[in-house]
Amino acid sequence: MGAAVEGKKVLLKVDQLKQYFPIKGGFFGRTVNHVKAVDDISFHIYQGETLSIVGESGCGKSTTGRAILRLDEPTSGHIHFQGKDLLSLGRKEMRSTRKDLQVIFQDPFASLNPRQTIGQILGEALAIQNVVPKGHRRSRIEELLGHVGLRPEALDRYPHEFSGGQRQRIGIARALAVDPKLIICDEAVSALDVSIQAQVLNLLKTLQRQFELTFLFISHDLGVVRHISDRVMVMYLGKIVEIADKKSIFEQPQHPYTRALLSAIPVPNPVQERERILLTGDVPSPIDPPGGCRFHTRCPFVMDICKTKAPELKRSTQNHQVACHIVS
Amino acid sequence: MKPEVVIKNPGMKLNKNKSAKLQNWKAFYKKFKRNKLALVGGYIVLFYILLAIFAPVVSPQDPYEIDLVNKLQPPTTEHWMGTDDKGRDILSRLLYGTRLSLTVGFVSVFFGAIIGILLGLTAGYYGKWIDTVIMRIVDVLLAFPGILLALAIISALGPSLINVMVAVGVFSIPMFARIVRGSTLSVRKLEYIDAVRALGATDLTIIFKHIFPNILSPVIVQATLRLATAILSAAGLSFLGLGAQPPSPEWGAMLSSGRDYLFSAPHIALFPGIAISTLVLGFNVFGDGLRDALDPRMKK
Repeated sequence: MGAAVEGKKVLLKVDQLKQYFPIKGGFFGRTVNHVKAVDDISFHIYQGETLSIVGESGCGKSTTGRAILRLDEPTSGHIHFQGKDLLSLGRKEMRSTRKDLQVIFQDPFASLNPRQTIGQILGEALAIQNVVPKGHRRSRIEELLGHVGLRPEALDRYPHEFSGGQRQRIGIARALAVDPKLIICDEAVSALDVSIQAQVLNLLKTLQRQFELTFLFISHDLGVVRHISDRVMVMYLGKIVEIADKKSIFEQPQHPYTRALLSAIPVPNPVQERERILLTGDVPSPIDPPGGCRFHTRCPFVMDICKTKAPELKRSTQNHQVACHIVS
Repeated sequence: MKPEVVIKNPGMKLNKNKSAKLQNWKAFYKKFKRNKLALVGGYIVLFYILLAIFAPVVSPQDPYEIDLVNKLQPPTTEHWMGTDDKGRDILSRLLYGTRLSLTVGFVSVFFGAIIGILLGLTAGYYGKWIDTVIMRIVDVLLAFPGILLALAIISALGPSLINVMVAVGVFSIPMFARIVRGSTLSVRKLEYIDAVRALGATDLTIIFKHIFPNILSPVIVQATLRLATAILSAAGLSFLGLGAQPPSPEWGAMLSSGRDYLFSAPHIALFPGIAISTLVLGFNVFGDGLRDALDPRMKK
């Protein structure tokens, strides 16, 4: 990867990250194979930006997020966060570093413990990292609820008394509680209906400005990604196929997969002629991905070299990197 | 797009604090009440528990007082359930026996549940080889027929009521371990567990504060059903002379002492038998009802 664009500080740098999940089988439960969910990816996130990861189900976007948080232990690679390699940290150090890395989950119904009140949920976040002294926690919780647009009365209620959008706000408040620097939003608005999605997205944007947050935004919804991102990273079968500025990727997509993906965005004009690139076949299995370029089995522009040699991620223009033999 | 924070009216019922928990209980009781049989079971259990607590108050006579002149008497107005081969009042002995049976049941199930829950939580949470090792041990325990295992333990430790509790407790362990492991596996994968882990919570906090409260309902159901088995096993062991020793008024022991007089004085064996079967039946239907009321998959 080239040098950072002037004036921007790299907050998180992911280097050759691999996440293989073993498949157990056979008589003695031996490992017979691996699901190569994320296979050797490298990228970085600048401070204060929103980087989105897009791709279809199973391409490894959520796995990447979970690996950065060490919710699943990655197979190999390095994750540099503010100069520290997260993967080399011991349990204790990692626990205190978690303060800077938070996560917002997809399912607002599964992401809150049903047996805790909102006050307990947020209070626990404050207590674990001990960010606020005991006596001041209640007022801090009320302040947090205010930041996400909920009333202080919510404090003594249980999650089942809230709607999906409200629960998602509570999830955001929990992530904010520890003053994080990076928040990973794992399909954070996918489970909400469209009008609520817009509210939550705008809330995230406001909070980003207010608290100088950096977002890693994982989504399969290109409309949402277009609204929130500064840069976009496209993944296919555990590999990065393209990373670029939002403008550049939406206006000049270079990788055939990105183009196919973008052509699938519905246009709210039935008369408008548009070119649809339809991919044939299914995504190959990540257990035994195709050799060469992983996309060659479905690529409309496939060449001989694609079947044997995996393309590297190369800079094509300023702020635009792509992994494709046709482009380079 | 203009960034704006939308303050939405939470639009919730204006109940006072803490009402949520109470309402949960009300909803639960409403559902439970529909199952009439379970309700009856619950009342039987409650009735026996009250009898056990107030045994000294409600007992007409001293359960240990031997009165050889009046031995083997059939039920009379003085001795409602008659007297046994030593002239002791059977009703009083039964009432005191309730204490023994319930104590044995609760203590052994509690003991088995604690160990089983700890094993199940550990196996389910940590997984991998820890899970394999724990669950294989549990499988070995499970492979023994319960009463045989209890006999083996008692023959090693010697016959006494305490050892009955230990023996019955030990063969309750695998049931709890399996149920807890299964529930732990499903709760562990939920996002709120990941969320607290991302906050930096320790494994102990996650296990006891977040997983355990959410797997409690199957454990409670199992404990109730297990109480029936435990009481029955304890009575069985005492019947064989391995549990409570004379003269303690244990139901199984009383049943056993009535064995020699089945034809001449059947009431000696009859009443302890009725007591055992109603209490066990009570726990069983109560447990079934609890399961139906607590299990979200069995709604309606």
